[in-house]
Amino acid sequence: MKKLVYGLIILLAILHQDFWLWDSEYLVFDIVPIGLAYHAGVSLAAALLWAMAIKYCWPDDVEVLEEEIAHDSDATGGAA
Amino acid sequence: MIAAISPAQTSVWIILGYLGLLVALGIVTSRKFKGTSNDYFLASRGIGWFLLVMSLFGTTMTAFALIGSTGESFKAGIGVYGMMASWSGIVHSAVFFLVGIKLWALGAKHGYVTQIQFFRDRFESDKLGILLFPVLVGLVIPYLLIGVMGAGVTIEKITGGAFPDLFAGGGVGPTAVKAGAIPYWLGSGGICIVVLVYVFLGGVRGAAWANAFQTIVFILLGIITFVVISDKLGGMKQATAMVLEKNPHAVRRTIRENEPMTRYTEGKKEFDKALAVWHKKPADSRGAVPNAPKKPHGITQLHFLTYMFIPLSVGMFPHLFQHWLTAKSAKSFKPAVILHPLLIMIVWVPCVMLGIWATSAMIGDPPRPVIPWGQGNPNAVLGQMVGVLTRGDGAGILPGLLTAGILAAIMSSLDSQFLCIGSIFANDIVAHYLGHDKVSDRQKVVYGRVFVILIVVVTYVLALQRPGSVFTLAVWCFSGFAGLFPLVFAAVYWKRVTKAGAYACVLVMAATWCVLFAQAGYGAKREYLFLGMMPVATIVAASTLALIVVSLMTRAPSEKTLAKFFER
Repeated sequence: MKKLVYGLIILLAILHQDFWLWDSEYLVFDIVPIGLAYHAGVSLAAALLWAMAIKYCWPDDVEVLEEEIAHDSDATGGAA
Repeated sequence: MIAAISPAQTSVWIILGYLGLLVALGIVTSRKFKGTSNDYFLASRGIGWFLLVMSLFGTTMTAFALIGSTGESFKAGIGVYGMMASWSGIVHSAVFFLVGIKLWALGAKHGYVTQIQFFRDRFESDKLGILLFPVLVGLVIPYLLIGVMGAGVTIEKITGGAFPDLFAGGGVGPTAVKAGAIPYWLGSGGICIVVLVYVFLGGVRGAAWANAFQTIVFILLGIITFVVISDKLGGMKQATAMVLEKNPHAVRRTIRENEPMTRYTEGKKEFDKALAVWHKKPADSRGAVPNAPKKPHGITQLHFLTYMFIPLSVGMFPHLFQHWLTAKSAKSFKPAVILHPLLIMIVWVPCVMLGIWATSAMIGDPPRPVIPWGQGNPNAVLGQMVGVLTRGDGAGILPGLLTAGILAAIMSSLDSQFLCIGSIFANDIVAHYLGHDKVSDRQKVVYGRVFVILIVVVTYVLALQRPGSVFTLAVWCFSGFAGLFPLVFAAVYWKRVTKAGAYACVLVMAATWCVLFAQAGYGAKREYLFLGMMPVATIVAASTLALIVVSLMTRAPSEKTLAKFFER
């Protein structure tokens, strides 16, 4: 799953280069130029993919470090 | 008997009221201040997820996001969103997730307060701090300039006519100042003082609270601005239709032959007239040659693609590093990683729409352009739109509120930058060389404050020279930070990176940046590209290559250091 999520993020970065919309004047709802609407969609997709990254790719070593920090803090009576 | 208050004066009082609120917030947060430097610079590492989301977003969104994005889309069309905003949504979150969380953990474990402390330790080099200090401060100054200049321009444009007895105004052309407007020097100086006051009172906690408050304010008021302006232009459909009719290239990233370019052609006519008048004047009283309007051009694929390197800069912003360290736990980062692209979208899409509408918007009878055809100052576009289109409403209430929103975006970055500059001076220079045991906590805070005042004075004096467009300044500043990204990424992920590799990375970044900046006429050539690419691509490539090659040629770091920074 981890590889899939990172793969999708790379795919999103590739799809960011929307050369097929470069010259388009199409307006979404007669208001928003398609080139802008598409990239607003890229932003939405980025949020979704980073949510997936947090669920499936959370760094294990940070968990270990957090435990060490908590342990050190307990050992010193919580002094910073 | 109360004298009548003009709409422009009402706007001024609203802005002053908002600034007063911020100072009050600083006073409230100062009550939570524990008196230690750890609390002043890092809020005792106790910031929860909500304040972290708001701080990270508020800090990365500057005058650049509101004023720069509107101004640049006014100049170059919708492509600015794809280049800056949607790349940022992908890359900023990647940096928070891949680098920020790790640095938070290492900072909490080893007690780091600044970036330089981390790098000194990671690369087993005291002198690396000496090299990094001027580089980081030197790059933060243009970042500060973006905010200070943006604030001065916005206030000046929006307060025209407020106090004609006090301020005469004057000037000609795009930089003309309306009589009664609060002058640029006063507006930008006043904003510096307000931010200094609330930062000094509340430290990073005060800045985080102010950021949260200001981020909410600028998002809400940004949306209100968008709705009000689109309404004034006859609705969103009508506003976009005017663009298609007069300047259709703004909705694309290409230029077609024989298409209408009303802004350029009308601007050219005005320029030709102004030039004829200039030639007729006696040589000793001509003044500067009028600026010719620039013909719009498209955005190339390579230019668009290489913008992806710019948002890497967040990995090396010292003020962002400081915000990362304030987090209560690694989990506090989760909402920030997810929400950041969405918040960027909420702010940028309306600004880009306002920018393209500004190219073609007409008002009045007979119709005249909202932004004069000859307008050459993209920094002023948003302020002008708000000022011209909403002046009559609510006796100046709306323009005042909207200006407060713009200033909120500006100040929510300035505060963190002021703090981090003070922090790196107090911790990495004063305490580091005098000895942390010889400098008390209170002294660190005092040294930090004194250095910040010095930097703010320098920035303010530079801002008075109006050195360039907000967007151009930002791009060069971000390019430098992005060029240092390989350093932080390797420090966290590559065991083989060495001290010599780190030096090579910083020096090559600085050298490449200086050469390209000089070739760009020190920012004067606003559209400068190197080999058809954004200069940042070359800077990042050169610094990465130097880091890798020199690291592989030199001795690997000690086992002790590797054990300290990497899981075995």
